[in-house]
Amino acid sequence: MPENAWLQMLIYVAVLLALAKPLGAYMARVYEGKPCGLDRALGWLERLTYRWCGIAADAPMAWRSYAGAVLLFSLLGALAVYGLQLAQGYLPLNPEHFGAVAPDLALNTAVSFVTNTNWQSYNGETTLSYLTQMLALTVQNFVSASVGMAVLMALIRGLRGRQITNLGNFWVDLTRGILYILLPLSFLLALFLVSQGVVQTWRAYPKVALVQPIRYVPPGEKAAGPAAQRTVWMKHQTLPVGPAASQIAIKQLGTNGGGFFGTNSAHPFENPTPLSNFFEMLAILLIPAALCHTYGRMVGDARQGWAILAAMVVIFVPLMIGCVAAEQIGNPRLSPLYRVPVLSRASRVGQQPAPHWFAARRGYQLSGGNMEGKETRFGVTDSAIWTTATTAASNGSVNSMLDSYTPLGGLVPLWLMELGEIIFGGVGSGLYAMLAFVIVAVFIAGLMVGRTPEYLGKKIDAFEMKMAAVVVLIPPALVLLAAAVALVLPSAVAATNNPGAHGYSEILYWASSVGNNNGSAFAGLNTNSFFYNLLGAVAMWISRYWLIVPILAMAGSLGRKNIVPVSSGTLPTHNALFVGWLVATIVIIGALTFLPALALGPVAEYLQMVHG
Amino acid sequence: MPPRGEIPKPSVTRTTFPGDAPPTRVAAPRSGMAATAAPAPTAGLGTASPTPRPLATLRAGLVLFVILTVLTGLIYPMLVTAIAQLIFPWQANGSLVNRRGQPVLQARAAIGSTLIGQYFSDPKYFWPRPSATAPVPYTAYHAATETCGTGSNWGPTNPLFLAAIRRRVARLRAADPGVKGPIPINLVTASASGLDPDISPAAALYQVPRVARARGLPIAEVRRLVKRFSHGRVLGLLGAPRVNVLKLNLALARLPR
Repeated sequence: MPENAWLQMLIYVAVLLALAKPLGAYMARVYEGKPCGLDRALGWLERLTYRWCGIAADAPMAWRSYAGAVLLFSLLGALAVYGLQLAQGYLPLNPEHFGAVAPDLALNTAVSFVTNTNWQSYNGETTLSYLTQMLALTVQNFVSASVGMAVLMALIRGLRGRQITNLGNFWVDLTRGILYILLPLSFLLALFLVSQGVVQTWRAYPKVALVQPIRYVPPGEKAAGPAAQRTVWMKHQTLPVGPAASQIAIKQLGTNGGGFFGTNSAHPFENPTPLSNFFEMLAILLIPAALCHTYGRMVGDARQGWAILAAMVVIFVPLMIGCVAAEQIGNPRLSPLYRVPVLSRASRVGQQPAPHWFAARRGYQLSGGNMEGKETRFGVTDSAIWTTATTAASNGSVNSMLDSYTPLGGLVPLWLMELGEIIFGGVGSGLYAMLAFVIVAVFIAGLMVGRTPEYLGKKIDAFEMKMAAVVVLIPPALVLLAAAVALVLPSAVAATNNPGAHGYSEILYWASSVGNNNGSAFAGLNTNSFFYNLLGAVAMWISRYWLIVPILAMAGSLGRKNIVPVSSGTLPTHNALFVGWLVATIVIIGALTFLPALALGPVAEYLQMVHG
Repeated sequence: MPPRGEIPKPSVTRTTFPGDAPPTRVAAPRSGMAATAAPAPTAGLGTASPTPRPLATLRAGLVLFVILTVLTGLIYPMLVTAIAQLIFPWQANGSLVNRRGQPVLQARAAIGSTLIGQYFSDPKYFWPRPSATAPVPYTAYHAATETCGTGSNWGPTNPLFLAAIRRRVARLRAADPGVKGPIPINLVTASASGLDPDISPAAALYQVPRVARARGLPIAEVRRLVKRFSHGRVLGLLGAPRVNVLKLNLALARLPR
C-alpha cells in the first residue's frame, strides 16, 4: 500500500480519538443536567418546550414508561413521514412537482428513517420534494439519533443506580440530545459543507446549456431496431439541488446515512471535496466514539468507557486496513488489459513500463487499484476508509459504490454490519448493544471460573442474560431469515444486478443492512418492489425496537439491584485482558453465525476471481 | 422490599414511586397496573404519579414531536439556508460557471457546474471518465426518463463489466494509436455518482497528444495547460490528485490558435 494510505488512516483514527474525550465529557454534562455552556443560550427554549408539552423535567420514568414513550414517539414519527410522502404533491416547496410516493415505498422509507436505518429504495432527487426532505427526513435524522442516545442514558442510569426504578425522563433526554448536542454540531458542519460546495437552496433545479450537445437514442426507440431509430439532441443539463447541506450534516453526525441524492455521499453536491469528505468521515464516528467516554464518566469510572472504546478500535483498525488493501490491490481480472497503476511493486520486479512515466515525473502519487464505482477526488483510500467507518457505525452512507468492490473489500463492510452494529455502531444504539455483548462476555467469564458474574458491581442474573441474548441474537436471526426468504423467491433473485456469487452477496448485504439498522447497500439490487419494501420495513422495525425494549427491561432490572463491593474475586472489566476477552467474544459470535453465509458469497467470489 | 426511586441530577428532590415487578419472579402476573398496585400504597408515593397517565404521555409526545419537527425541520434548515445564501451564495446554488470559467449565480448565464461532470466525446476535448447513467452519460437529472446519477454497480467478475472495460480500452487505443504505456484505470472505469467532474492528472496527460492533434496545438502547450489545472492532494494528504475536466476544456477552448 502507498504510504499515503497508511498516513490517512493514522490521521483519521488519531483525530477521532483525540476528539472523543472533550465531546464525551461535554455530553455527560448535558445528560446529567449540569451546566454545559449552551444551556445559557438555549435554556429558555428547553424550559419553554417542557412547559408547552406539560412535562415536569424531573418526572421519573420506570423502564416500562420509558419504553412506552420511545415506542409512542417512534410511531408518531413513522406516521408523519408516511403521511408527508403521500401528501407532498399538495404541499409547498415542491419546485419539481413530484407526486405522491407509492405506498409500499413510503412505508419502507418511513420505517427506515424512524429506525435510524436510512435504507433507501428511492432516489431523493427524482422522488421527494424539498418539504418532504426537510420536514420528514431531516427531522427523523435528528430524533432517531437522539432516541438512540436517550435509551443508552436509561441503560447507564440502570447500571449505576442503587435499587432504583427511575431511569430518567425520556422526553428530557430526547430534547437535550437534540438541543445541546446534535443541533449545534450539525449547524457548524452544515455551514462548513456549504463552503466546500454542498448545495443549500430552495430554488428549482437549474437548467444549464451543455458545452458539447449530445445526440442519443431515447429509451423508447431502442425496440424499433437500428434502421428505424430516431435520435434526439440533448443540449441542456438539469442540476438537482435543494436544502442538502443541513440534512447531510445530521445524516453523518446522527449515524443516519440517508442521502439527499440517490448516490448519497458520492454525489458531488453532497460531498464535493476531499476536505468535506474528511469532516464527514469524522462526523460519522465522532459521537459513537465520544459516547464511550460519556459512559465511562457517567458510571463513575472512565476506564470502563476507554476499555469499550479500545475493543472497538481493536476490531475496527485491522478491518479498515484490510478493506483499503483489498481495494488498492484491485481487480486481477483487469491485469491483462493494462497494468494496475498503483502497484509500484510491479515496476520494481521489472515489468516495464513504470506506471505512468509522465505522472511519476511530476511527482503525482496515483490513486489506482479498483476504481470502478469510486470517485476520482477520493481515490481508493478515502473510499475504503469511509466504507469501513460507515458500516462500523450504523451510518450506511456511501461515497463509492460498494457493489463494485473487490470480494474481500466488500466482505469487510458486510461483516462489520453482521457483527451487530456495535463497533462504534449507531449513536447510542451502538453502545447499548455493545453493553449487551459486554454482559455476555462477563457471563461467559463467570461460567469459566464458577462465580456469579457481575458487571460494575451489578450481579448478572438469568433475566439480564435472557435480555442480552435477545439483543445479541435477534439481528442475526433477522438477517439470515430475510436473506433466505429473498433467495427462494425467483422475483426477488431477479432483482439482482450481478450473476452468481456476487448476486447472492447483494441479497445477503441487503438483509444484513436492514437487519442491523445500517442502511448501507450493494446498490445494484433493485429493492423498490413490494416484497423488498415490505420485508425490509418489518426487519428494520424489529431490529430497532426488539432491541430497545429488552435493553430497557435490562436497565430496569439492573437498576433495582444493589451494587456489591469489589472483592478479590471480581473480574476487572477495564484492563487489557478484558478488552481482549470482549473482542474474542464478539468475533467468535460474529464469525460462527455468519461464516457459512459469507463462504457462499464474498469468499466464493474471491476464489473465482483469482483462479477462474 | 419497597423500591426506592432515585432521580438523577438536576433534580434534588427524591421521589419514591413503585416500579415494575421484579423480573426474576416470573410467576407473578405482570400487567403493569397489577404490578404497581400491590406494593404501592405502603411505598410512600410522594408527589410522583405512580402510573403514567396515558393521555398526558400522548400529549407530551405529540406536542414535543411538533416542536422538534418545527425546530429541526423548518427553523434549522431555514437558518442554514439564509446564512449559506449570505456567505456562500455561489457554492450554495450549485457552483455554476460561465463559458469563461468564471463563477456565476444565474443558470441562464451558466455553461455548467464545476462540481458536476459533463460528457465529452469530441476528440478535441478531454474526455471524462465513463458514466453509468443511461441513456445519456453524465445525466444528473432528467425528468422525462426519471434519470439521475448512478454507478454501474457491476461486480468485479461480472462479464458485462469486463466486456465494457475491453470496449473502453479499445476506444482509447483507437482514438490515439500512437500513445503507448498503460491506460490510467480511472479512464476506463465508471465513477460512483456517474457525475465525477474529475480525472486523474495521468488520465489527462494520456489524452494530451490526441487533443493537441485535433486542435492543431503544440503538445507542450496542452500539457502545460493540464499541469496548470492539476491539483495534488488537499494539504498534500487528503483525497487523490485530480483535474477538473470542465474547467480544463473551457480553458482549452479559450487558448489562442
